[in-house]
Amino acid sequence: MTIRLMQGNEAIALGAIAAGCRFYAGYPITPSTEVAEVMARELPKYGGKFIQMEDEIASMAAIIGGRVGGLKSMTATSGPGFSLMQENIGYAAITEIPCVVVDVQRLGPSTGQPTAASQGDVMQARWGTHGDHPIIALAPISVRQAFDLTVKAFDFSERYRTPVILLTDEIIGHMREPVELPDFSTIKIYEHKVEEKPEEYKAFRNTEDGVPPLVPFGEGYRYHITGLLHDEVGFPTQRLDEIDPWLERVNGKLEKHIDEITLVEEDYQDGARVAVLSYGCSARTARHAVKVARAQGKKVNLLTLLTIWPFPEKQVEALGEKVDKIIVPEMNLGQLAYEVERVVGRKKVVRVTRANGEMVTPQMVLEKMED
Amino acid sequence: MTTLQGLPDRTEIRLAGEGGQGMILAGIILAEAASIYDGKNAVQTQSYGPEARGGASKSEVVISQGEIDHPEVLKADALIALSQEAYKKFSQDVKPGGLLIVDADKVDASATPQAIRLPITRMAFETTGKIITANTIALGVLVALTNVVSRDAIEKAVLARAPKGTEEMNRAALKAGFEAAEKETSRS
Repeated sequence: MTIRLMQGNEAIALGAIAAGCRFYAGYPITPSTEVAEVMARELPKYGGKFIQMEDEIASMAAIIGGRVGGLKSMTATSGPGFSLMQENIGYAAITEIPCVVVDVQRLGPSTGQPTAASQGDVMQARWGTHGDHPIIALAPISVRQAFDLTVKAFDFSERYRTPVILLTDEIIGHMREPVELPDFSTIKIYEHKVEEKPEEYKAFRNTEDGVPPLVPFGEGYRYHITGLLHDEVGFPTQRLDEIDPWLERVNGKLEKHIDEITLVEEDYQDGARVAVLSYGCSARTARHAVKVARAQGKKVNLLTLLTIWPFPEKQVEALGEKVDKIIVPEMNLGQLAYEVERVVGRKKVVRVTRANGEMVTPQMVLEKMED
Repeated sequence: MTTLQGLPDRTEIRLAGEGGQGMILAGIILAEAASIYDGKNAVQTQSYGPEARGGASKSEVVISQGEIDHPEVLKADALIALSQEAYKKFSQDVKPGGLLIVDADKVDASATPQAIRLPITRMAFETTGKIITANTIALGVLVALTNVVSRDAIEKAVLARAPKGTEEMNRAALKAGFEAAEKETSRS
């Protein structure tokens, strides 16, 4: 492929197609609409199906159904639509149906400011649906990474049978950068393999790695799907001897693979006592600030989180042991900073927050290095 | 006080006007000229209101030989303002010694004597009969005054984006922009 100037949202759509996504259901909303536009145009060329649904509740339901029917599925939205999807995200989590939900964050709450950028859905991505549940959220920092992490999102969703949130933002979604995409045929993602005979198949059984293989409906393997707590074949149960092992497996399965799921970029200097930790569009600001500080002779560590959820506790804790101060710039009032504080203690964390639609500036980060 | 002067290889361009004047497209074309045709790195961002026409609209392009981190303009090396609102909002955010270009018919730039005043929209109408080519004229003026991308690159980028049948019109608009800028520099 040749170099093209491409928008983040376009890279997400193409990443999905490259990963084998063949079903897209959605309801357009600024600033995510380009994902739907590209999917509507491109997906049919690959034999996929695009459907515009009546709203985001239905969109989320449709992609769960799409995957149960055997097609890798995705939807894309922004804050207000992401709120509407939460109930069915919980349904995908409890039924362990792989799917990818793109949230191009805009300024909220409520209708907020549709064209303004934000990182205000960090906590909603983790706890937006009710009840304890596993979830993965990935946050790209460039157009090329929007492509790569969308591919990862599909791989993780299949590998761990979980919904994956691609938690991007208006800046990355609408930003254009020159990129050269890889040949789609070189991209391989996890495929489920089932060993059992159809009559022995249990879609929710306990396996050593915590992730039982999933067979689509219509291939002779029978199981039940419900949002109620269920047994190994999917029927509702109230027996604690069935519920407890299920709870332990489902809520523990990501922890079993945490090293594979945790994607971070560590750029550390010997002797640095200050660090900047960031993600998404604010990670670009963080990098700029760190480059300027280093050019002035300061030693600064830089930690970029690509995986936001599960929160990279091990890496953040290790960083906390190296430095006295961790500066956390983000386009909200300190949502990821809560997690950093939980891991390294409140005294070490310096928040740099902005929730008015404007990016944090490198200057705002540099000033906190001097304090 | 820390300054941002640690990163010299970074050129920041802001193109601003009303929605519908084609400033976002002009930014995309400029970024394509820099990245695809001049082989540099470029990042283009934009902001606009919820309206399809009218409202404030701006497009920003950062160009560098190396990696570009913060994607938005911090202090513009050059600003093009095609509306009074755009001028009012952004004229203070130009670097000392930076370039400020305004549409002379639409913008009262008396607060900034150094501004380059050209009737960009009128020039578009006089050159091509269509005011929608004002963005191409603006690109011609910008490139001729700054050499931020090569003339060859901007011409290729404009023509690659021009709808079929409008190539000659856009080529003429770009040339008119170059010439107006040359006249401006020979005068000063």
